[in-house]
Amino acid sequence: MIDKFSWIAVYPEIVLLVMACVIALVDLLDRGGRRTAAYVLSVLTLAAVAALTAMYARDGRTVYGFGGMVVSDPMANWLKCFAAIATLVTLVYGRPYVRDRGMLRGGEWFVLSLLALLGTFVMISGSNFLVLYLGLELLTLASYALVALRRDHAVSLEASMKYFVLGAMASGFLLYGLSMIYGATGTLDLAGVVKAVGSGQIKHQVLVFGLVFVVSGLAFKFGVVPFHMWIPDVYQGAPTAVTLMIGAAPKLAAFAMSIRLLVEGLLPLAVDWQQMLAVLAVASLLIGNLAAIAQTNLKRMLAYSTIAQMGFVLLGLLSGVVDGNVAPAANAYSSAMFYVISYVLTTLASFGIILLLSREGFESEEIADLAGLNQRSPLYAGIMAVCLFSLAGIPPLVGFQAKLSVLQALVSTGQPLLIGLAVFAVMMSLVGAFYYLRVVKVMYFDAPVEQVGPIVAPLDVRAVLSLNGLLVLVLGILPGALMTLCANAIVKMLAT
Amino acid sequence: MGWLSLAIWTPIVFGVLLLALGRDDQAPLVRWIALIGSILGFLVTLPLYGGFRLGSAEMQFVERAPWITRFNVNYHLGVDGISLWFVLLTAFITVIVVIAGWEVIQRKVNQYMAAFLILSGLMIGVFSALDGVLFYVFFEATLIPMYLIIGIWGGPNKIYAAFKFFLYTLLGSLLTLVAFVYLYSRSGGSFDIQTWQAMPLSATAQTLIFFALFAAFAVKVPMWPVHTWLPDVHVEAPTGGSAVLAAIMLKLGAYGFLRFSLPIAPDAAHEWSGLMIGLSLIAVIYVGLVALVQQDMKKLVAYSSVAHMGFVTLGFFIFNDLGISGGLVQMIAHGFVSGAMFLCIGVLYDRVHSREISSYGGVVNTMPKFTAFALLFAMANCGLPATAGFVGEWMVILGAVKHNFWIGLGAATALILGAAYTLWMFKRVYFGPVANDDVRQLTDINAREFLMLALLAVAVLGMGLYPKPFTDVMDASVQNLLAHVAQSKLN
Repeated sequence: MIDKFSWIAVYPEIVLLVMACVIALVDLLDRGGRRTAAYVLSVLTLAAVAALTAMYARDGRTVYGFGGMVVSDPMANWLKCFAAIATLVTLVYGRPYVRDRGMLRGGEWFVLSLLALLGTFVMISGSNFLVLYLGLELLTLASYALVALRRDHAVSLEASMKYFVLGAMASGFLLYGLSMIYGATGTLDLAGVVKAVGSGQIKHQVLVFGLVFVVSGLAFKFGVVPFHMWIPDVYQGAPTAVTLMIGAAPKLAAFAMSIRLLVEGLLPLAVDWQQMLAVLAVASLLIGNLAAIAQTNLKRMLAYSTIAQMGFVLLGLLSGVVDGNVAPAANAYSSAMFYVISYVLTTLASFGIILLLSREGFESEEIADLAGLNQRSPLYAGIMAVCLFSLAGIPPLVGFQAKLSVLQALVSTGQPLLIGLAVFAVMMSLVGAFYYLRVVKVMYFDAPVEQVGPIVAPLDVRAVLSLNGLLVLVLGILPGALMTLCANAIVKMLAT
Repeated sequence: MGWLSLAIWTPIVFGVLLLALGRDDQAPLVRWIALIGSILGFLVTLPLYGGFRLGSAEMQFVERAPWITRFNVNYHLGVDGISLWFVLLTAFITVIVVIAGWEVIQRKVNQYMAAFLILSGLMIGVFSALDGVLFYVFFEATLIPMYLIIGIWGGPNKIYAAFKFFLYTLLGSLLTLVAFVYLYSRSGGSFDIQTWQAMPLSATAQTLIFFALFAAFAVKVPMWPVHTWLPDVHVEAPTGGSAVLAAIMLKLGAYGFLRFSLPIAPDAAHEWSGLMIGLSLIAVIYVGLVALVQQDMKKLVAYSSVAHMGFVTLGFFIFNDLGISGGLVQMIAHGFVSGAMFLCIGVLYDRVHSREISSYGGVVNTMPKFTAFALLFAMANCGLPATAGFVGEWMVILGAVKHNFWIGLGAATALILGAAYTLWMFKRVYFGPVANDDVRQLTDINAREFLMLALLAVAVLGMGLYPKPFTDVMDASVQNLLAHVAQSKLN
C-alpha cells in the first residue's frame, strides 16, 4: 500500500525523471544545432527542482516513503538542492564548450546530466541497501556515457573505459559488502540493519568483513587513496564540462551515501569504520597533495587536489564517535557536510574559469595556459585566485572556514590520535598551498605566452561565474547561515 | 559602527573600490583615490588616541557582535595600551607608502594601491581583534596581498621570494590554528582571547601551546634561526612592500607574543624564557655581525631589522616593565626608522636601479637634501639619543641589566654593532668623492619624496625628543600584563 506521503517524498525525483524524458522527446523535434529548447527546459527543470527541494528542506520534516525505502529529511533535501544548483551551474558554464566540441549532435548532454542528477538524488535519499545501489548505478552509468560523449576523441574514450572498468569493480565491492551485511542481519533496510547490528547478537567478524568492502566502495566514489586511480585520468581525459559534471554534484552524493550507510546503517561499528577512514584520509592527504605538486596539467592537478580535499571530508566523518560516545557526532558530520558543500562551490567556479578560457580547438587545461590571466582579465583572474586560495584554506575564504570546522571537530574530541591527525592535516595543507600558489603565480606574475584575443563569454556565464566567485568570498566572511543549516540538517538526521 | 571598525574597513572599502576602477589609463585618478583613502584611514584612527583613557588596562573602544554563532565566534574588537599605537602606526605608514608608490608604479596601479589599502585594514584588524578566529583571519589574510605585491611588482627573483614569504609564514601559522582550536575546546567553546588568558592550563598544555604559537610568531618577527626568509623577501619586494613589511608586518609577530604567548601560557613562557633570551641575543649579536658584511643595502637593512627585533623579543622575555615597554617603544620606533630606511633605498634605486653599496659613493654631492634625511634615519637606526631609535633600546638595556648584568652587556653590544654597520654603509654610499657617472647624474628629491621623508623625519625626531605620549599609553597595560604573567596558571 503506497500512501500519499510516499509520493510527496519523491516528488523531486519524479519531476526530474519526467522532465528528462520530456526533454529527450522535445529534443527530437529541435532541428537547430544549438539545442536551445533542451537547454532552456533543463535549466528551468533544475531551477524548479532546486526550489522544490529547498522548500521541503525549509519545512524541516522527515518523511519516509515506500515502507522506509526512501527518506526525505532536511539533510537530503538540502543536499539535493545544492546538487541541482551545481548541475544547473555546470550546464550554464558548459554550454559554449559542448557546442564548440560537437557534443550537441543530440540532446544526450542534457538528458544524461538530468539522469545523473536523478541517480544522485536517489543515493541521497535511499534508506535501503538496494535503493542506494540503484541510485549509484544510475549515476555512474550516466557518467560513463557522459565521459564518452565526444565519441571521436580518443582520450575521452580511454578515460571512459578506465572509469567504467574501475567503477564496475567498485560497484562490485560495494554490492559484495552489502550482501555480506545482508546475510548477517537478514535485512536490507537501514533501520533494520542498525537495530540488528546494535543488538550485539551478530558475529563481529562477518560484519567487519562486509564493512571493509562497503568502505572500499565508498572510497572509490569519493576517490580517496588507494581507490583514487581513476580520478586523475578521468578528470583529465573527460571533456572539461563533463569533468565538472562528475566532479561537483556527485561528491554531495558520496557524502550522503556515506552518512546513510555508515551512520544510519552501521553506527554501532563506528570504531571499525573510523579506523578505516583514518587510514584512507591520511593516505589521501599525503598522496593527493604530493602528487599534485608534480602536475603540469591543470585538470590533473585539480584532480589530485580533490583527492586531498576528500581526505579532509573523511577527517570530519571519522571524528563523530569517541569511545562509544555519540555526542560529538552532530558537530563532526555537519563539519564534513559544510566541507563538501564549500568544496563543490569552489570547484564549480574554478572549472568555470577553465571552461571559459577554452575556445574552439583549444582546451586551456595546462597550467601554463593561464599565464598572464591577470593582464587579460583581472576579474576572471581574481575569481580563479579566490578559488585557489580558498582551496588552500587561506582566510577569509570559504575553504578556510571548512578546514576550521573539520579541525575543530577533530581537536574537540580530545583524543591525542585525532589531534595528531589534525596537525598532520594542516601540515599537508601547507604542501597544498604550494601548488595552488603556483597557479596564482602563473596568472599574476607571468606574462601571457602569446597574443590571444579577448575572453568572450555569454552574459549568463559571466553573471553566474561572478556570483559564484563572490559566494566563495562571502561565505568565507559570513559562513554562519550555511553552518547552521548543515548543523540543523545533521541534528535532524541523527534524531531519527 | 565604532572607530575601530572604521579604521579597519575604510581602507578596505577604498581598496575594493580601486579594484573595481580598473584600467591603467585611469592611473592619476586611481592614485588620488588611493591617497584620499589612506588619509581618511589615518584620520579615523586619530579619535582612538584622542579618546583613549590613560591609566586603564581595560580594553577600550570595544565592539562585539556575534559572527559565527555555531562556534561562538564573535566580531570582537578592542584596543589597550599595547595595541593602540600600532593601529595608528599602520595607518600612518600606509599614507607614506601610497605617496612612495606614486610615480614609481606604472603597471596595474589600481591593484598596487588596492593591495596596500586592503593590507592596511587587515593589519589594523590583527592589532584590534579580541577573538581568536578573527585574529587568525586577519593575520593570515595579510599573506594574500603581500604575496601579490612581492610577486607582481618585485625584483628579478620575485617569484622565489613570494613563495618563500608565503609558505614560511603559513607553516608557522597553521600550527597556531591548531593551538587556537585546542584552546577553544579546552575553554568549553570560546574563542575569546581574554577568556583564554584567564583560563588555567596544565604545564604540558602550556608548553605545547607556547611552541605552537612560537612557530607562527617567531617566523613573523623573525627570530633567529627562522629569519632567513626576511632578507630574501626584502631584497625582491618593491620599496613599498619592504617598508610595510619591516614597519608593520614584523610587529604582528612580536605583538602576538604579548597578546597570546605570554598571557595564555605564562608558566611556559617563564620556563622557556632562557631559550627566548638566548635566541634574541643571537639575533642581536650574530645577525648584527652578518649585517656588517652585506653588499646589498636592502639586505643590510633587513638584517638590521632582525637584530632590532631581537631587541624587542629580548625585552619581552626578561619580564620587567622596562623590558616590555622598551620592547614596545622599540617596535614603534623601528616601524618609523626601518620604513624610512627602505624608502631611502627606494629613492636611490628608482634613479640608479641598483641596491649594491658599491654602485654608489659621494651621493651627498649630488643629493644634499636627500642625504640630510638619510643621515637622520641612519642615526636613528644606530640609536642616537634624541631620535626614536634611542628610547626603546635604552629602556631594554636598562631592563636587561636589571634582570642580569651579562644579558644587559650582550644587548648593549648591539648599539656598537648597529652604529658600525649603519654608519659604514652610510659612509660608503653618501660620503667621499662622486664615484661614477650614475651618481653624477642623480637629481635631488622632488617635492613628493621630500614630503614623504619629512613626515617620517618628524615622527622619528618627535618620538625621540618626547616619548612620553607613547609610554603613557602603554604603562597601565604593561603593568597589568606583568601582574598577569607573574601569576601561575597551573591548576
